[in-house]
Amino acid sequence: MIDLNREKDMPWEERSLFGPGHRGCAGCPVPAIVRWVLRYVGPEAIAVSATGCLEVFSTPYPTTAWGVPWIHVAFENAAAVASGVERALRKLGRKGKVVAFVGDGGTYDIGLQALSGMLERGHNVMYVLYDNEAYMNTGIQRSGGTPRGAWTTTSPPGCERPLGKEEPKKPIVKIAAAHNIPYAATANIAYMADFKRKVQKAASIEGPTFLQVFSPCVPGWRMDPSNTVKIMKLAVETGIFVLYEVENGDWKNLKVTYRPRVFKPVEEYLKLQGRFRHVLKDPELLRTVQEDVDAQLRELGLK
Amino acid sequence: MKKVLKGNEALAYAAKLARPGVVAAYPITPSTTFPEKISEFVANGELDAEFIPVESEHSAMSACIGAAATGVRTVTATASQGLALMHEVLFIASGMRLPIVLAIGNRALSAPINIWCDHQDTISQRDTGWLQFYAESNQEALDLMLIAFKVAEDKRVLLPAMVGIDAFVLTHTMEPVDVPEQGEVDDFLGEYRPEHAYLDPERPITQGSFGYPEHYMEFKYGQWLAMEKAKRVIDEVFEEFARRFGRKYSKISTFGVEDADVVLITMGSMSGTAREAIRKMREDGLKVGLIKLTVYRPFPKEEMVEAVKNAKVVCVLDRNVSFGFGGAVYGELAAVLNNLPERPKVYDFIIGLGGRDVTRDDIRTVAEMGLKAAKGESIPEINWVNVDKEAVEKSEGVMR
Repeated sequence: MIDLNREKDMPWEERSLFGPGHRGCAGCPVPAIVRWVLRYVGPEAIAVSATGCLEVFSTPYPTTAWGVPWIHVAFENAAAVASGVERALRKLGRKGKVVAFVGDGGTYDIGLQALSGMLERGHNVMYVLYDNEAYMNTGIQRSGGTPRGAWTTTSPPGCERPLGKEEPKKPIVKIAAAHNIPYAATANIAYMADFKRKVQKAASIEGPTFLQVFSPCVPGWRMDPSNTVKIMKLAVETGIFVLYEVENGDWKNLKVTYRPRVFKPVEEYLKLQGRFRHVLKDPELLRTVQEDVDAQLRELGLK
Repeated sequence: MKKVLKGNEALAYAAKLARPGVVAAYPITPSTTFPEKISEFVANGELDAEFIPVESEHSAMSACIGAAATGVRTVTATASQGLALMHEVLFIASGMRLPIVLAIGNRALSAPINIWCDHQDTISQRDTGWLQFYAESNQEALDLMLIAFKVAEDKRVLLPAMVGIDAFVLTHTMEPVDVPEQGEVDDFLGEYRPEHAYLDPERPITQGSFGYPEHYMEFKYGQWLAMEKAKRVIDEVFEEFARRFGRKYSKISTFGVEDADVVLITMGSMSGTAREAIRKMREDGLKVGLIKLTVYRPFPKEEMVEAVKNAKVVCVLDRNVSFGFGGAVYGELAAVLNNLPERPKVYDFIIGLGGRDVTRDDIRTVAEMGLKAAKGESIPEINWVNVDKEAVEKSEGVMR
């Protein structure tokens, strides 16, 4: 954990604002996402976390991995807590950029109402969704962010339901952007230049911004921890996760910020993950997943 | 300055006088005029606060927690279903030791949906670690709010506090209220400068961390001690308030208990009705007394024991019910008395749920049953007052 007493005299650029030292899994990209978001936002960041893996592995009392002010209250209310923090800072005339770090459960599902309220009220909050596509902290249950075809402990494939999760992933960036917020984007730390630009852009905006950051989960995706970056790249190369940004809710003028020359078959991405093993065994199921990817690419004008 | 105010307005004036930094609130009957009044104060420049019109009560309390943890004085209001929706985060506000003040328009809980008075909403939050005050009048509403800020923010306490006023009977009823001057309240409360809870990039700290079994219980014991210490702090603040504003409060107020055979216990607005009824009974030669409970958490055990020690019978009027047991105050008082060598008998009277009027006749009915018990007659331990038992028993069926 950071010894703030030792580090406090160092220029902040030389300090890590998150870690080193936390209890995240080997191969988990969340600590890197947080570290780099904080690096690009800077030491004025004030972090709000929802209940979830990040909160559990970064703050076991009496230690902390956070080099910036940090607060966690509960699961569904990070956006509401962030709203209160932001208005209190304004009242105090204190500098600070409020950054919320929330998983997919706390964003797509139980926290959607608080998120919508925060976006609608126009709080100066940068909301970072680390999307690992299921309730990983409780042991891999499906969420509104789980893609069609994924195995989870509550969407197990069986003879009556061979696909696993049968419903497509909620279009969360579309939902956020539909609040006509200044900036919403997808990001992926395997594409660092793109990630950096988007974080810096979001941080520079006075108002609500939303970033969906792609975040593979080693135990939840049944993947090898050495494959995290490979899977992050394949997600973009197959088009299952597209890098884009939307300003002021203008979905028609959505900008794709990175476009592979050709999209690889989604199978390349799926085959590194045990959660899609049943899909790979059945061409019809595989076709369903590929069709979802194709539909998304068509919607974004990429196919 | 004397003003004629509804209960919610009295609460809102108290909130304004406390100069909160952030008010996050969501409308709910009968509490709605509180956020209305606050937003009016903010809109016309009378109150320099950030008003956050959130999208639910859960978010209201969550935003208050965020604001309080950033380091500003924070207040909100709700009732009934709204308080129930806040339930989860109430524990977190007290666990994080954030002295948020919450004004309540005490209202029944669904189902059936009902907007009128009882105390089920706040009693259900008994174990959330919040201080609880109950007002009898609009003056008390204003005063107890100011007192709640002072006690909650005391460094020996640092716990959130709720102040309950009865739905409609107080929230929407006009009464003359002495509204203190801003300067007097500033002197009484001082500026809120927390040393334990702040979010400041200059001084990064972690709030709301993960507590393993080797630490969790110590946090809870800390809250326990804070609540114990609050007993004395409340007395000190009551005394200071009396010195500054001339109105003296106490955790319990007694009326004619010294020589009473039967002592009634009430909370909230029915206390006034009970006092009137007892006055009449005294004229009729019936030795009945009253304890009004103003502070429910921390429960004033010592004061209660002292006040009931001469009585033969105590009748608790509970405007709440714990199904499968009885009223909350009844249960707690009985437990407090249990280890005394000599103690009065305690009976429970469930009364006034969902806005059913509590009349002087009802009070007399309760007292007369108590007097029977005082003479050695057998009466039921738990009694439902002024309810059509016959109709319900016919429909539900009763096992004899």
